[in-house]
Amino acid sequence: MILYVIRRLLLAIPIAIGVTIVCFSLIHLAPGDPLSTVLPDNATPEVVEEIRAAYGFDKPLPVQYLVWLGNVVSGDFGLSIQSRRPVLGDIVPAVQNTMILAFAAVLIGFPFGTILGAIAGYSQGSLTDKVVTAISITGVSVPHYWLGMVLVVIFAVNMGALPAMGMGPGGQSDFALNWAHLRHLLLPAITLSVIPAGIIARSVRATIADVRKKDFVSTLRAKGLSPAWVFLHVAKNAAPVVLAVCGLQFAQLLGGSILVETVFSWPGTGFLMNSAIFTRDLPVLQGTILVLSLFFVVINLLVDVLQTVFDPRIRRG
Amino acid sequence: MTDATVTTIAPARPAAPVTPAQGYWGGVAKRLRRDPLTLICLGVILAIVLAAVFAPLISPADPYKTSMMARLKPVGTPGHFLGTDELGRDMLARLIYGGRISLFTGVTPVVLATLIGGVLGLAAGFFGGLVNTTIMRTMDVFYAFPSVLLAVAISGALGAGLLNVLIALTVVFIPPICRIAESVTTQARAEDYVEAARATGAATWRIITVHVLPNVMGPVFIYASSLISVSIVIASGLSFLGLGVSPPQADWGLMLNTLRQSIYIAPGQAVIPGIMIFITSMCFNLMSDGLRGAMDVKE
Repeated sequence: MILYVIRRLLLAIPIAIGVTIVCFSLIHLAPGDPLSTVLPDNATPEVVEEIRAAYGFDKPLPVQYLVWLGNVVSGDFGLSIQSRRPVLGDIVPAVQNTMILAFAAVLIGFPFGTILGAIAGYSQGSLTDKVVTAISITGVSVPHYWLGMVLVVIFAVNMGALPAMGMGPGGQSDFALNWAHLRHLLLPAITLSVIPAGIIARSVRATIADVRKKDFVSTLRAKGLSPAWVFLHVAKNAAPVVLAVCGLQFAQLLGGSILVETVFSWPGTGFLMNSAIFTRDLPVLQGTILVLSLFFVVINLLVDVLQTVFDPRIRRG
Repeated sequence: MTDATVTTIAPARPAAPVTPAQGYWGGVAKRLRRDPLTLICLGVILAIVLAAVFAPLISPADPYKTSMMARLKPVGTPGHFLGTDELGRDMLARLIYGGRISLFTGVTPVVLATLIGGVLGLAAGFFGGLVNTTIMRTMDVFYAFPSVLLAVAISGALGAGLLNVLIALTVVFIPPICRIAESVTTQARAEDYVEAARATGAATWRIITVHVLPNVMGPVFIYASSLISVSIVIASGLSFLGLGVSPPQADWGLMLNTLRQSIYIAPGQAVIPGIMIFITSMCFNLMSDGLRGAMDVKE
């Protein structure tokens, strides 16, 4: 077990390095000089060279990458071109806010998707199954940013029951566990939970249906075990797959929240990236993407390890 | 009887059930005919595609003609079947024209990614060794990004524009397609008939095109078709963020973006373009499911 965890950790390192290379390349993918946004229009060539050297853009790319990586590892993500403040100072609160939204979406979407999928998998072919399949395919296909707008129209514009945007009363961007803040959280969290709920329902249904066809289930039934106990056995065998799907979906939520955050003006990473894109603030964009994708790598790693706890067969395979 | 013998000689896939007198595709067509939902979805998609292609012929109005007097008119206004947008342009005309860009940006990346990812996966699976390691480990890195994040990152760094959206989405879809192609190729390569072909001295190119490729195409095709729905939603999402085409171009995502400002004044109008994205994405999803069933491809 420990050996497996170590091996899996070692495999994650090259991926993490690859992720940093991709994030680093982003700035160099951008058309034009990354300096063009900071330079005054009348800058003389000498000034340009000076600023270029100050930002380290005069060195060869591999050197720039290593310098950048060294800085990132020590927590220095550079300065925002727009605000001239350290990028990390903007990223940390944004990541926290995205996490709050993602966890809320998990709390709503995962149980919903799992229960729906389990019911459908247990009544394969019946009307219930068809209804659940229809719900889940709707969840998978719906453009969630549009769903967010529809919810705003229903609950904020027409009913006036819930706030349409922001994180708290008066445009606050700190979270507190009270009704005023939860009200703001409700619509974006529901919006964000729809796609993962649909995907989870579909995979849980397929997995449960699969496990129920296994010989051991017929054996359990034949020996007279009550349906509830049989279900426990089925659930235990379906758990690793369900866990893997949930883990992956949680990780996808971190990326998917960008559109939902834009709809609801939720001050998270999506909102931050969106403004960074339109002000061409590439260090902020780069830093945010790097932090989120490293989260993604870590979550995938955790899911893999957890899966082997539930299902030791995977370790050997 | 002779007819039947002739058709069975046509290359049959191992996954196809043994059905004499009809080829593999005959069976697929037969199963599809018995699946009304898939047929309806095919019909809807066909209608949307045809409407987009023949937009100038069927559009009830000029999608760019603004009218300050007729802004944000509701559905059913005389002369404007689906009302007007925030600049008084005819909503139906803009939806019809918008389909051109929205479908194009949704489908093209999947096609490109299928070609590129398919070839890479085939190469990785067939040649194995260092080729496999290089290709697949690179894919792993791109796989390590949440898909929407990667799409936003690339098109955000490249800047707004149609071409950049296409590039971003193609990059997003190459790794998953490559993985499928690689795993199917690896399985196919180990089959006895491939070994036999090699033993008879068949050239590598011939083994790939005649013995391996036909096995790989089915699963890759099915998987790719399931990506179109995702691709349409993300492409319109990028457009919604303002990363796609620029105004006054008509595009469903961009229309949602600009109409969002009027959500308090005309909530009914603001959500209309999203319905098109939803219907299209849903139909592609259901069609892909139907095709998967009809083609009997196991994942």
